[in-house]
Amino acid sequence: MAKRLTKMKIKGAGDRVQVLVLANHPMETGTRKDKKTGELIPAHFIQKMIFEHNGKVVAEANLSQGVSKNPLIGIEIAGAKSGDTVKVSWSDNKGESGGAESTVK
Amino acid sequence: MKRRTFIKGSIASGALVVAAGAGLLKPGQVLAGDWPNAAFSATGMDEAVKSLFGSTDAAESADIKIKAPLQAENGAVVPLKVETSLPAEWIAIVAEKNPSPLTTAVDLSGGAAGYYSARIKMGQTSDVYAYVKADGKVYMAKQQIKVTVGGCGG
Repeated sequence: MAKRLTKMKIKGAGDRVQVLVLANHPMETGTRKDKKTGELIPAHFIQKMIFEHNGKVVAEANLSQGVSKNPLIGIEIAGAKSGDTVKVSWSDNKGESGGAESTVK
Repeated sequence: MKRRTFIKGSIASGALVVAAGAGLLKPGQVLAGDWPNAAFSATGMDEAVKSLFGSTDAAESADIKIKAPLQAENGAVVPLKVETSLPAEWIAIVAEKNPSPLTTAVDLSGGAAGYYSARIKMGQTSDVYAYVKADGKVYMAKQQIKVTVGGCGG
């Protein structure tokens, strides 16, 4: 199981902060063929990305094969304060998972 | 292929059953248990929207803003931003002509603001719809994105 890097960036402060998550993931559709063997590459994509603000789930993103490789997903949280924690965790259709945590500046 | 057959057979029995079925098929994934399988498997836009929101009725709303390129050179990476002043519970991004039109949908009922951004794949030039569920109603906005090279195959 390859280790997949997940990065999080929090932009802005106060009323609305923007949370951007970049996950290192192939997001295989399941329709692409391996050029050497001619066999279909099995689908492999992130299905869930869960965002927590101070331990409370604020957004639950559902992803599919239709999302680009190395997904960059953004949401906004209202009413965040300096020092608040934001956590993201994802899981894919093969049971792999990853995540990242950061604090609001 | 078995799984595909299973999904197709289950669509008739309703989205909840399919979601539960998917959970049973892959017991290892607790987090993905309620992933809307039927909506993502749908090959038509109406089917996908109906499966996700229970209805295809959606009023076009000026309160939903889609920020996307008018033309995308690379269909494998099309950046999209959806912003709305509606009290959004869900935002879904649907590319009408993709093999599976529903690309991604976010549940914001936990309290996040009406904003969602993602990069999606597009097979060909198509209208892209942003659906927003707010106050139990479904609203939408759309924008055509021209795709020079499709990004859904290899």
